[in-house]
Amino acid sequence: MNAPEKPRQKTRFDTIGKPRRRVDGRAKAIGQQRFADDLVLPRMLHAKLARSPHPHAVIESVDVSRARAHRGVHLVLTGADFPVPYGIMPVSQDEYPVARERVRFVGDPVAAVIAVDEQTATEALALIDVKYRPLPTIASPEEGLANPEPRIHDYGEQGNIHRNQSYEFGDVEEALAQSDRVFEDLFFYEGNTHLPMEQQASLASIEGDGKLLLETSTQNPHYLHRQLARVLQMPTAHIRVIATANGGGFGGKCDPGNHEFVVAKAALMLGRPVKICLTREEVFYQHRGRHPVLMKFRTGVTKDGRLTAIHLQTLLDGGAYGSHGPASTFYTGVLTPVTYELPRFKFEACRVFTNKPACGPKRGHGTPQPRFGQEVQLDKIAEALGLDPAEMRLKMVTKPDSLTASWLRVGSTGLAECIRKVVEMSGWRARRGKLGPGRGLGLACSAYMCGAGVSIYWNKLPHSAVQLLLDRSGQVTVYCGATEIGQGSDDVLAGLTAEALGIDPVNVRVVTGDTGITPIDLGSYSSRVTIMMGNAALQAAARVRELLATAAAEALDTLPDRLVFSQDRVFAAEDAGKSMSFVEAIAAAEAKFGTIASVGSYAPPKPPGKYKGAGVGPSPAYSFSACVVETEVDPVTGWVTVPKIWVAHDIGRALNPILARGQVIGSVYMGLGEALMEEQAFRRLPPKLSSALVHRNPSMLDYKSLTSLDMPEVEVALVEEPDPNCPYGAKEVGQGPLLPVMPAVANAIYDAVGVRIDEVPITPDKVLAALARKAKGEAPRVGPESFPGVPYPQATFVLPPWEGGDGNELKGRKAA
Amino acid sequence: MMRLPWFRWHAPRSVAEAAKILAGEGPQAMLIAGGTDLVPNMKRRHQEPAALVALRGVEGLKKIANGAGLTLGAGLTLTEVVEARQVREHYGALYQAAAQVATPHLRNMGTLGGNVCLDTRCTYYNQSYEWRRAIDFCMKKDGATCWVATASKRCVAVSSTDTAPALIALGAKVRLASAGGARELDLADLYNNDGMAYLTRRPDEILTEIVLPPAAGWKSAYWKLRRRGAFDFPVLGVAAAVRAAPDGTVEDARIVLGAVASRPIVAKAGELLAGKRLTDDVIEEVAAKVASRAKPMDNTDLEIYWRKEVVPAFVGYALREVRGDDMRATRMRIARQAL
Repeated sequence: MNAPEKPRQKTRFDTIGKPRRRVDGRAKAIGQQRFADDLVLPRMLHAKLARSPHPHAVIESVDVSRARAHRGVHLVLTGADFPVPYGIMPVSQDEYPVARERVRFVGDPVAAVIAVDEQTATEALALIDVKYRPLPTIASPEEGLANPEPRIHDYGEQGNIHRNQSYEFGDVEEALAQSDRVFEDLFFYEGNTHLPMEQQASLASIEGDGKLLLETSTQNPHYLHRQLARVLQMPTAHIRVIATANGGGFGGKCDPGNHEFVVAKAALMLGRPVKICLTREEVFYQHRGRHPVLMKFRTGVTKDGRLTAIHLQTLLDGGAYGSHGPASTFYTGVLTPVTYELPRFKFEACRVFTNKPACGPKRGHGTPQPRFGQEVQLDKIAEALGLDPAEMRLKMVTKPDSLTASWLRVGSTGLAECIRKVVEMSGWRARRGKLGPGRGLGLACSAYMCGAGVSIYWNKLPHSAVQLLLDRSGQVTVYCGATEIGQGSDDVLAGLTAEALGIDPVNVRVVTGDTGITPIDLGSYSSRVTIMMGNAALQAAARVRELLATAAAEALDTLPDRLVFSQDRVFAAEDAGKSMSFVEAIAAAEAKFGTIASVGSYAPPKPPGKYKGAGVGPSPAYSFSACVVETEVDPVTGWVTVPKIWVAHDIGRALNPILARGQVIGSVYMGLGEALMEEQAFRRLPPKLSSALVHRNPSMLDYKSLTSLDMPEVEVALVEEPDPNCPYGAKEVGQGPLLPVMPAVANAIYDAVGVRIDEVPITPDKVLAALARKAKGEAPRVGPESFPGVPYPQATFVLPPWEGGDGNELKGRKAA
Repeated sequence: MMRLPWFRWHAPRSVAEAAKILAGEGPQAMLIAGGTDLVPNMKRRHQEPAALVALRGVEGLKKIANGAGLTLGAGLTLTEVVEARQVREHYGALYQAAAQVATPHLRNMGTLGGNVCLDTRCTYYNQSYEWRRAIDFCMKKDGATCWVATASKRCVAVSSTDTAPALIALGAKVRLASAGGARELDLADLYNNDGMAYLTRRPDEILTEIVLPPAAGWKSAYWKLRRRGAFDFPVLGVAAAVRAAPDGTVEDARIVLGAVASRPIVAKAGELLAGKRLTDDVIEEVAAKVASRAKPMDNTDLEIYWRKEVVPAFVGYALREVRGDDMRATRMRIARQAL
């Protein structure tokens, strides 16, 4: 028999680490899962939003009388019905459910119709008369910097700059001056969108007790709950938000959506259920996807390939609203120092408003862009110094339990092992540079957070909470506000609870994402759920286990800490013959203590950085990834084929390996799409003829994303370097493995045909243009040619830990 | 979801009945077969027919007939065309073209006749009504300007059918029936180089059959350029058919380009190739000459100058495959599937 275990330090597992069918797999595979658009209630009405055809205009009047008179229309809402603004971040409360005075992009809602059916509501949209006074438009951050007027918003740093910031950790100019070599490179990362299979849908209704219920495809029911209370001016406790099963989120369902407020308000006013389902085109307008980012890297190195300093500048195209922008702006730099030892670091970032759908968080939130630049630049540096890119990286990976120059604490790291794995699997040493003409291998690495260390709104409360309820029937129900968005969080919750109690996961009932029932979890974003919900679940499980152990020990005539919980039974450690079933243990505990329940909660550790802004970037743990991509490039057409990808991910511990691998392969899929084709691009018509500024391709046909036929074989290695801050050591896997794919593709193309494409997507026309330049003896490169003058502010100067800093800003210190 | 406008629905059982209904309804009526092109277009208000005459129930349109050549009913689904043994064995270009239309689901619904009559496409046109309102519409529907070429008097929407270039290269004729009678014409003559009036079919006519001549001695191939291995319309289609003597000397040849104009472009390949063998030099020379006929506009996916630049490569792929080269690896890289 096994030695008695302490639940948190378990090393031998019944459930963890074994591939299992996920708990929600059956319903999803057979079509039983009910998504928001599957919900139907008696007397349900349908809503549609009227949207602006102008990219930027003042609303002079909205006349809804004809629409209101249309047969079958019950209600028409306008901006006048929504006086209170909202926004996911406290510093960017700049959106209204329906625009009040101003429209800021083509697709901004100006009115809402609620009617007996969708057809009638659609017909009534055409009967709404809006008078607009068009304003000049801003199509890019460069235009926004050059044109402070007209301002898209009357708040922000200055003109059309939404956020503008600068941080310097140690004297970077000094370090660059003392470097053997300094490399300067410009990169551009085009915007792209999440493209979840499920379009957002919401159903609002009034429950029997008169309170509002909103069932909706959201990743963050808790934040939405708070925003609903604010906008509707109702007590939060009178509102219940249920996050329905999400058919994919990827960050696109993190922000509250206009449609969610509209159906909630309409249901309250009409006393009838009101539903909306966005069209695919509307999902492109809701967006909140990857920011287009222009980047400049000045990187100093020693001649043996060690970094001395990086000066990173980024310029973000924010779109028309704040969204997560303040965080996104930070994320275009804050994780840069996590992968490799970097003595000094300067990071300047600027986000500009433009008349396009708002950008926000997409899988990797702000970090894929600088990761692309950094990893491609490292490839150039390795070549210039005559070093193997894998070896160069291996020599400078960050150490476990270390601090970065910017005061982030790196706990466990399996990055070196990830690099070794992909080098081995891909045959890197034998094959790189030797595959023959037009074929190549490229490598890149990355790091990502396992949950943001600080909540979106400032508070000292737990980030996740779990409640466990057991009864004599043997039922174990675990409640948590966490949200299943397809990533498998319900399965993580069932698996961890089952492991901690020594029972089969099928005996755990999972109730999640319901603000009316479940304790608060902040939501499915920043790869936080496994770590935060998981730690809360283990705490709750340990507490009920103690109750069960106390009661079972009496019955088995042993001591509570001499018990083993395994295989749905409770054993005496010394004598396996002395045991009782888990159900009997519950009954014994219920008899002794009354109803058996417990709670658990989790808050991340306090970050070591103390300067203002140090709250973005810290995480309980970081995951690491490495990737090798093989490419074939046709020298005549520039056509790029990717036959195979190898990826290794340091997951800490794989709770359910089949699910973890799925997340890795899904990340590779999304990353490869971004590398090769995805772009949320816009079209401006000739200004003399038209002021139009429209999305080029708001449909699933025209917005290009990989089909299954375009997907290469992916070989996955899971590196398990358990992290003490994480439940059974498990780190994130939902976002990190996406990050190295794009730069590895670019580096592989260079290895294949010797051209640098310093921007994504890497399309065949760019490859062919670079090949033509190469043939003419010009620089074999396609990418941005210049970086505009951005009025970055004076840097907040912080000394790195090894230069005697204490994590605070050093006031009065110069910035170059 | 996007909703359809209101319309009347007719479900005739025969071509004659359909033709009679069509004549009675007048030009406000439209034919619908698989609906894979028309239904999304109606949702976007590209077409707002007062009545639809459905051809799905007309059994007479779903026949495959052998004779001197092959006659294909216009109502055959693309999947049925792909699975037809005669097509696969003797009319390779048609097989390869039909197999690359859209996706399996759409091929199960969409018909050969529908693909031949496919509405021309343009990135300023294939958008919702609300999107088009935001650009004040375009010449092809509801507006006055061609936003692709603002000085153009003519709509430059793109012929995006895969099967038509293949069928024209194979020498296809089409039969049209109306209440007034029937006629047969070369498929090439079904098209105008005008993005709006792109078909010479009269509104009261029904495309009933596609007639292919005997394939003896001919070899053919179709190569499609698109971003992905499925789903996408062509941004270039190259169909090549060659009849050669046993020693390889070309006796007759046809090369047709798709998706580079408002109609399929028939290159004078017979004159260029007759009497020559398909050597690498000849292929390169012919590819350059044929490519000069391609006049892509900036109204499809992928970059315009690049699309023009790669035409010779794709003509070369098609001719090399016809010559008998092993093109499987290249095909796999371009089409992402074996064909």
